[in-house]
Amino acid sequence: MMLLDDAQHFVRDPDWTWYILFYFFFAGLSGGSYAIACLLRLFGKSEDEPAARLATYVAFVALLPCPVLLTLDLGQPLRFWHMLVNTSPGAEGPIFKYWSPMSVGAWALVIFGGFVTASFFDAWTRDRDRRFPRLPRGFLGGLWSLLGLVFGLFIAGYTGVLLSVSNQPVWSDTWTLGGLFLASGLSGSAALLGWLVRFRKPAQATAGVFSMSERVFQLLELVLIVAFVVTLIPTGALSRTFGLPWTALWLVALVGLARGLTTRTTARVSAAGDGTVAVKAVHAAATASLIVLIGILALRAAIIFSAQ
Amino acid sequence: MAEITPGKAYGFFTDTSVCIGCKACEVACKSWNMLDGNPPVFGDGYDNTGSLDAQNWRHVQFLDNVADQAAGPGQGKAWLMMSDVCKHCTHASCLEVCPTGAIIRTEFDTVFIQPDVCNGCRDCISACPYGVIEMDKQKGVAQKCTLCYDRLQGGLEPACAKACPTQSIQFGPVIELRERAQKRLEVLHGQGVAEAQLYGHDEKVYGGLNAFFLLMDEPEKYNLPNEKNAVLPSRNNARGYLTLLATAVMAVLGGLIAIRRRREKTDDAAG
Repeated sequence: MMLLDDAQHFVRDPDWTWYILFYFFFAGLSGGSYAIACLLRLFGKSEDEPAARLATYVAFVALLPCPVLLTLDLGQPLRFWHMLVNTSPGAEGPIFKYWSPMSVGAWALVIFGGFVTASFFDAWTRDRDRRFPRLPRGFLGGLWSLLGLVFGLFIAGYTGVLLSVSNQPVWSDTWTLGGLFLASGLSGSAALLGWLVRFRKPAQATAGVFSMSERVFQLLELVLIVAFVVTLIPTGALSRTFGLPWTALWLVALVGLARGLTTRTTARVSAAGDGTVAVKAVHAAATASLIVLIGILALRAAIIFSAQ
Repeated sequence: MAEITPGKAYGFFTDTSVCIGCKACEVACKSWNMLDGNPPVFGDGYDNTGSLDAQNWRHVQFLDNVADQAAGPGQGKAWLMMSDVCKHCTHASCLEVCPTGAIIRTEFDTVFIQPDVCNGCRDCISACPYGVIEMDKQKGVAQKCTLCYDRLQGGLEPACAKACPTQSIQFGPVIELRERAQKRLEVLHGQGVAEAQLYGHDEKVYGGLNAFFLLMDEPEKYNLPNEKNAVLPSRNNARGYLTLLATAVMAVLGGLIAIRRRREKTDDAAG
């Protein structure tokens, strides 16, 4: 029942469902992983380079489904390029609306795609010692990483702002979603990298960084979930997003958070001196990372579906 | 009907006090715009259209909130009807968020979705506070009332206004319609109908609605947000991005701490 002071919403659902859910998930992982790679390159030591390359590979692989999912979600998939080019008679040319997060996001995704793809091939050529053109190091390399960091962080979080810039219940009743999606994208990326690092021995020097940053990002995520709840209280939308059946999704999200915050399993590198890895430890770490990733998927699902 | 001139703002004044719920507007709209319509909705009342959507660009709302028990004289509730439509807002939420430029303001100051430019992203649907727009699943694009853009270009008034038998739907230049609405409101108030009120006739709701209403109850009863809740999506841009920025700064600091703490440990171990 609507109370007198509740926010009034008579809007129709946009039917943003599975494609968008998984786009938000993969964009969070890709942006988060690339941001971590850039952080390692900017502030880490030379021993962090293998881990930075690993994060770049993850960012690239997670990015691949993003344009596909976004295109398939359109009513007219072949007009995906209309996001960038206005075809209106008399107004033909590039279109960029800084006040529309979908317009900003479309351009940001194109630029971010360029950064990630170039970094991926750079990492691959260095790993394989191929003689292809490489990205510069030194000052220009630092500038590249700094810009990449900005775009990575943006891609991981702008999807939350996109939801808020609407008139949908829940989404438009809060200003926390951009930060929340960024924090959860980063924590998921750190958890995934903390697991994958076990399979790449040169990168294991950075395992402790992944473990600690995962907990820092999850703490940030927890604070933003609290802020999300607080902002929804005066609008009357709390029961809508936390009521049944969405309670189950929130529980999964919280289990994922708790798993990362309360344990330090992922910090322990389980490779022996000869490079072999204890099977039990790998399984335990895989389970921990999986729980965190399912948690961030559940968080997005609860927010996306409960509002529609 | 005076000549329809490009460059002038046109719209509807819908006077719900004289709507009889005949649905001639719905039929005329579907007929002119070649809309197939949806199967009838059988709900709790006499409204079998359901809502505004891709197939219903006019929707006669039946607010039949009549008590089950017989009421005494003067205690009965009014049975309200309103022919709802796109409001063609001056500050239109749909136009604001549309990333493709498909939604434009025409030479008649109406809001129009260009079907050959729209790519069906549905951002406008999440933004429209009146639930007017829906995606046509056959065509894959968003659809809503065009205020008969093609008829206006030919000098004809919109089909719904032409068909309305009680002049509940009046079409004309917005300035003239506002004057007419004000006079009608004064007449009703003079007759003791104190609940009569105008909605969207001034800039308090989305800068003014080109399709505005005379209502017989509070706007919320007709699924119209009141002045306080008539807000644009862009209100969340600054605070949304600021939260994102603050989180990004905190996350970078957190990452730096993680890198530094690891380094200290490594250095300690080496020492």
